[in-house]
Amino acid sequence: MLAKRIIPCLDIDRGRVVKGVKFESIQDAGDPVEVARRYDQQGADELVFLDITASSDDRPTLFKTVEAVAREIYIPLTVGGGVRTCADVRALLSAGADKVSINTAAVDRPQLVAEAGDRYGVQCIVVAIDAKRVNKKKEPLRWEVFTHGGRRSTGIDAVEWAVRMAKLGAGELLVTSMDRDGTKEGYDHELLRAISDQVAVPLIASGGVGELKHLYEGLTEGRCDAVLAASIFHHGTHTVGEAKRFLKGKGVNIRL
Amino acid sequence: MRAIGVIDYGMGNLHSLGKALERVCSATRVEVSYDPEVLMKCDRIVLPGVGGVKACMNELRRLELNEMVREAARTKPLMGICLGMQVMLDHSEENGGVDALGIISGQVRRFPDPPPADPADGPRLKVPHMGWNRVRQSMPTHPMWKNVPDNSWFYFVHSYYVALALPSDRMGEAEYMQPFTAALAHENIVAFQFHPEKSQATGIQLLTNFVDWSP
Repeated sequence: MLAKRIIPCLDIDRGRVVKGVKFESIQDAGDPVEVARRYDQQGADELVFLDITASSDDRPTLFKTVEAVAREIYIPLTVGGGVRTCADVRALLSAGADKVSINTAAVDRPQLVAEAGDRYGVQCIVVAIDAKRVNKKKEPLRWEVFTHGGRRSTGIDAVEWAVRMAKLGAGELLVTSMDRDGTKEGYDHELLRAISDQVAVPLIASGGVGELKHLYEGLTEGRCDAVLAASIFHHGTHTVGEAKRFLKGKGVNIRL
Repeated sequence: MRAIGVIDYGMGNLHSLGKALERVCSATRVEVSYDPEVLMKCDRIVLPGVGGVKACMNELRRLELNEMVREAARTKPLMGICLGMQVMLDHSEENGGVDALGIISGQVRRFPDPPPADPADGPRLKVPHMGWNRVRQSMPTHPMWKNVPDNSWFYFVHSYYVALALPSDRMGEAEYMQPFTAALAHENIVAFQFHPEKSQATGIQLLTNFVDWSP
């Protein structure tokens, strides 16, 4: 039976791993190769790198980082951040990424997802969706897609967007709750479940993990196929191995 | 010097596979190439693959690699990975139906899309089949499984699966919606639906076994 996946996420800024709270107040969290190797040894099922560097001048630094990590780690590696064209997708795959995550560029030009999916296969195209609750109190729940690190509203309904992206050419969706990211209060289960029930492709939960039970809730309440977390692993609160043993103890099918 | 030829038809990420093979082949050169002559000088061949079957077959034909793969299938140890396994079959349902290399008898079919969500049900099985799954060894004594425990975990990512005409070609089986062929073996040919180069130490062991294999 297919195992649920535990995916540490590394935010990369100019060749370093960093962690911010609600997309702000960035702190250094180590060297990408060392951190990746540590997670690989702990039993991570995949790794996600998100390049949060604002300037495109630093792109060669990212490629070097991806190459260095891919050379040493024999688990799948997803890389995202600043991907705007099919050429960007190709460059990251050539550097050693197994999947490429597309976010803002998909909103600007949805056809990019179809083109990249056609050319490189949907299995290597991940669409990342940053969603924020926009309904008023007592109104039905509603989320909108935000871009530019959660700063810019698009007016697009997040669930409808997820369905559209999955049909167009995303092999997987990475859904981050802007309301929860960095808060350690747990994932936005309603958001995840609303999307997971509507799409045929796998869904990765992101944003808000503060304790191990949140991972469990993302898989059960949120009905996700994989759970992504950063700070609980980076800060040494828990190892990936501890997280996996905890989930296994709860009856989740986990690769140990 | 011994050499292992990795067929590069311009679609896949061969970085990880090349690095993984170099790691297990200290006494063997790894030749990543699209030139049939260069490849046929190697004493064993790897056919990797990601992307769609139509584009893959078109590129193999354009680069005159399809005949080379058929020739290798008759004469050398040949290993297919993921789409490289699927193109070995007779025909695939992908891209509206595509005739493949016909080296192994059988078809390539799509996993059915998950049914609409029912609030009472648990999570649905999604397509692609993406992530780590266990492989039962149908041929436990095959040299490819040397030092690989039965029911080991391997990394899969695919929406189509191989339906063999001859069950005796099945080397390993995994379960997703239904049991399906995760590995096949036929004389000097082996192929894996999963990615050994993405399956940590167990995957590296498989690559080592292929490099050491004398069928």
